[in-house]
Amino acid sequence: MRLQLNLKKQFGSFFLKMDADISGERIGIFGDSGSGKSSIVNLVAGLLQPDKGEIFLDGEALFSSRDHLNISPEKRRIAIVLQQAMLFPHLSVKNNLLYGYRRCAEQHRKIKPDALIDLLKLEPLLHRGVNYLSGGEKQRVALGRAVLANPRLLLMDEPLSALDDKLRYQIIPYLRSVSEEFRIPYLFISHSVNEMQLMTEQILVVNGGALIEVTTPERLARNRMAQSQGGYLNLLHLADPVNQHGLFACRWGKNTLLVSTGANCSEKSLFELSSREIILFKKHPEAISARNLLECTVEEMFNSGGRIGIVLSADGEKLIAEIVQSAADELNITPGSPLFAAIKASSFRRLG
Amino acid sequence: MLLTPEDITAIWLSLKVALTATLLSLPFGFATAWLLVFKTLRGKVVLEVLVNLPLTLPPVVIGYFLLLLLGKNGWLGKALAETGIQLIFTWKAAVIASAVVGFPLLVRSIRLGMESIDKQLIAASRTLGASWYDSLFTIILPLSLRGIVAGSSLMFARSLGEFGATIIVAGNMPGRTQTIPLAIYDYTSSPSSTAMALSLCMVSVVISVAVLLLHEMLGRKLDRSSAS
Repeated sequence: MRLQLNLKKQFGSFFLKMDADISGERIGIFGDSGSGKSSIVNLVAGLLQPDKGEIFLDGEALFSSRDHLNISPEKRRIAIVLQQAMLFPHLSVKNNLLYGYRRCAEQHRKIKPDALIDLLKLEPLLHRGVNYLSGGEKQRVALGRAVLANPRLLLMDEPLSALDDKLRYQIIPYLRSVSEEFRIPYLFISHSVNEMQLMTEQILVVNGGALIEVTTPERLARNRMAQSQGGYLNLLHLADPVNQHGLFACRWGKNTLLVSTGANCSEKSLFELSSREIILFKKHPEAISARNLLECTVEEMFNSGGRIGIVLSADGEKLIAEIVQSAADELNITPGSPLFAAIKASSFRRLG
Repeated sequence: MLLTPEDITAIWLSLKVALTATLLSLPFGFATAWLLVFKTLRGKVVLEVLVNLPLTLPPVVIGYFLLLLLGKNGWLGKALAETGIQLIFTWKAAVIASAVVGFPLLVRSIRLGMESIDKQLIAASRTLGASWYDSLFTIILPLSLRGIVAGSSLMFARSLGEFGATIIVAGNMPGRTQTIPLAIYDYTSSPSSTAMALSLCMVSVVISVAVLLLHEMLGRKLDRSSAS
């Protein structure tokens, strides 16, 4: 997917000016509230018109002030998932899901309702009224409704922001699996670095209505490690869980990790681990309560807002731990030095 | 109860006029409310004032304007006369008078209903492939149904009570253009007809209560179906 934006739009005293040309399947737009993120969504979807400029999607003009061209939203085939699910209150879950599908031309109906209902586990909700769904269920239906419209681009505008932490982690696997299974390119808009790490490959950072930089989730997460709620998120692919006294022993490269949430894990699952959940030791601690102790080598160190990020290598696998400057001085950490990393089994959070 | 055949005709005529006026106004009321709520128009204030003017103007004034417009020498009356249609001093004129007087009430209620619809719902429907009129009929119309029911009841009730404009454009001809309020007015001017006037008053009360009950019932039914 290639999206070209070259536009200007004035909202009262706020001025949005965007000049970007991005290609990719999983693109993030990152910025604080009031930075102009949502305006970009509305402009791309056709719900707002730029004062001047052009919008191209895969080489096709959606808007051009020069050619007086403005494709109406229903013809753009760009679906949105918003912070609030915005389900139609007078329709059942099933009719909500099929709203876009029924309006989609025959030749574009590649994603079938049955496959999607299966994937998002919506079957038990189908005949319920939308007012009897929980926040997470609503968001799942909203996601399904958008995907079933068979869009060529999916815009997700803070789809997780209205959910509490627990629900957020229930929805993320669905978001990821939908995009992987059906290969719909998306723009993911959020102010959360962690969500950017989980959902995107490439990020546009916006502030004050302008594009600041194009970056990767890795660079963004390192830069914002100190300010971000969960620090830097380590994403680990763990495999082959084996039940061991109530914990699950999983393979991580050549290492074995004990995690507390591994039930119903398939052969390979994705887990996240915050950089703040890792405790570093200079020497082997005799006895500790944390169930994981990894022998690591320091590969690299970086400074982020006063905190020190330590890039560790544990038998070839990479992990980033976060410590304060004084701790780094005391432990006398330098690239190449050996360290022990202790991680509690309950610090791993399963993502899917 | 004392009801003369003329009274019975008046009752039927009242119901017929009120119902026709309400049904006739509904599509226009819906369209006007939609324009006022969802469209950015130049001169919206003018439209707003025009729609609400009958609410503040004395009905007699409205009646007089209608008479000037639809009368033999009025520009619309003349044009209609040429095609053989005469409105003034027929029950159709009573319908027009009721429609004009009740219109602001209808628009106000539908508008309240529409204003409570989250704009993002409409945006969502558009991005899911619905054109503006598709969205109008599948999202806006069903979600403003409560406002439409409320507005229709209000307008129907207001039409039943219409007096000032009606008497000017439709006259007060027993059996032809005399509605309940006009009949009661006639009775009150002769001292011997108190019982007759009271009977018609009772009929008015019964109809009004029935309209209110129907409105409540429909409202509840709508609430139930939207909550299921």
